[in-house]
Amino acid sequence: MATAHSRSAARIMISPAVILLLGWMLIPLSMTLYFSFLRYNLLMPGTHDWAGFLNYRFFLTDPAFFAALKNTLILVGGVLAITIVGGVLLAILLDQPMWGQGIVRILVIAPFFVMPTVGALVWKNMFMNPVNGLFASLAKGIGMQPFDFLGEAPLASIILMVAWQWLPFATLILLTALQSLDSDQLEAAEMDGAGPLSRFFHIMLPHLARAITVVVLIQTIFLLSVFAEILVTTNGGPGYATTNITYLVYAQSLLQFDVGGGSAGGIVAVILANIVAIFLMRMIGKNLDI
Amino acid sequence: MGHISLNQITKTFGNVQVIPPLDLEIRDGEFIVFVGPSGCGKSTLLRLIAGLEDVTSGEIQIDGRQATEVPPAKRGLAMVFQSYALYPHMSVRKNIAFPLKMAGMEKSEIDKRVEGAARVLNLTDYLDRRPGQLSGGQRQRVAIGRAIVREPAAFLFDEPLSNLDAALRVNMRLEISELHNNLETTMIYVTHDQVEAMTMADRIVVLQAGVIEQVGTPLELYSQPRNIFVAGFIGSPKMNFIEGDAVGHSEAAKIGIRPEHLNLSTSEGEWAGTVNVSEHLGSDTFLHVQTEKLGTLTARADGEFPVRHGDKVFLTPQEDKIHRFGADGLSI
Repeated sequence: MATAHSRSAARIMISPAVILLLGWMLIPLSMTLYFSFLRYNLLMPGTHDWAGFLNYRFFLTDPAFFAALKNTLILVGGVLAITIVGGVLLAILLDQPMWGQGIVRILVIAPFFVMPTVGALVWKNMFMNPVNGLFASLAKGIGMQPFDFLGEAPLASIILMVAWQWLPFATLILLTALQSLDSDQLEAAEMDGAGPLSRFFHIMLPHLARAITVVVLIQTIFLLSVFAEILVTTNGGPGYATTNITYLVYAQSLLQFDVGGGSAGGIVAVILANIVAIFLMRMIGKNLDI
Repeated sequence: MGHISLNQITKTFGNVQVIPPLDLEIRDGEFIVFVGPSGCGKSTLLRLIAGLEDVTSGEIQIDGRQATEVPPAKRGLAMVFQSYALYPHMSVRKNIAFPLKMAGMEKSEIDKRVEGAARVLNLTDYLDRRPGQLSGGQRQRVAIGRAIVREPAAFLFDEPLSNLDAALRVNMRLEISELHNNLETTMIYVTHDQVEAMTMADRIVVLQAGVIEQVGTPLELYSQPRNIFVAGFIGSPKMNFIEGDAVGHSEAAKIGIRPEHLNLSTSEGEWAGTVNVSEHLGSDTFLHVQTEKLGTLTARADGEFPVRHGDKVFLTPQEDKIHRFGADGLSI
């Protein structure tokens, strides 16, 4: 296909992009790595002493770290569960021929276009607020005590908001996958005596496996770094109830002005993300190349 | 087992009637072929019998029982799709076993039947492969295997060979015919290829625009076509149609003569013409002859007939093989 000459030309032409991307990744990473070994606090300007692994020791033994780690995993897992199950069901619903299909599809996709800060604020102030919120007045309407979502179940509330944001993405990917299913296969299964449930579990779900893998991989990457929703609603609280690793790093470096500690947290987050990625690839990566 | 009768069934999509009222009796153990040009409603008719489409009116009886409202799985019919419709994530074994598993059959019985079907279809070595790893012919056999393990009252084939290459098609045609001889089950086979229809069928149903033009054995259709459409559709190459003065003493609006019923000569004959294209196949020679008055006629000669483009030839029709058609298109 390619001659030696065209291959080397291709390498030269692609190199600016590769070098740019590599630099874009490597420079911040090495800066963070460097800062993480320094005693670097913004409240003490000028002192950049070598600290060794002290920052890491403080970060990893901080009780907040374990709380944040647990919260991160619950957040990612919870949102993934809701979006995949909900996404599959919505995709099947949207795949049915019905009146106003085009408009319904746009409506379903809409939350993805709302920026996370705005979405979270709308949820917090217009829906979940125990005094003025829609849910509160609904509860009062049927004679029940309004529920203080962000006070009583803060993490679940955040999961709900993030899942609302990501449900359209999952639905969209799964819907296109569903539409690529050969209708002959479903008819053959129908002739073979498979009822609607059997058809779903034996034909549709295996067909969707690859799309679900893609959704899980992409969403995990973004969900590990959920930040805006937490910042504008709970500020990581009450206590550490909604602090995830990303928010903890932010708190460490910009609320406690400990850049060194924050950098160490950042490196820990990178390592954790890679561990998760390796596990994910092991578990479901084989789905990607049948 | 496997007697199907259709009484006055119709099918309407929106306000387009694709099948006007239609009656058909399919006898037990018969190999019946629905043939017609694309869009003639033959696949729709098959899907109506399968239950994948609901009839708009009329009734379908299978083995004397009312089946019009019965869901597809309960009709006791098995279907082989044009695209094979194999389940790509299941092995060949699981594909074939799927209908039995859905019927809640015991594992040992399923294994026995799958092994049996695999032996009949030469699939034993491929049972643990995925459909994606099989060739077109093997996939076709898996699809047939999935149909025969159910031991249905009738098989429905929806253009099963149209995705195969020519050589394989001839092979699979033989295999399906053999299968029918062994199983003696009713088979309904849809195709647009009249060669498949002629070679495989006990009876052929020729359809056009949802209307049955003629039902009969292959040779009945060949020798006594009911109208111009059937005469033109059955037979390869197509029958030659002649109208106008040349019809002459036949007392018909139009006459038809098959290429194999035109005698060829380089010296004398009834109609003179020049050779346009000559196709030498070795066993036969097909000549497309440009005649002076009758337009282009196709003629077939046995074996080799040594003429080339531009040569002069004479054609003489065999009088007793001429088909006569009235102004309404029906045979006289």
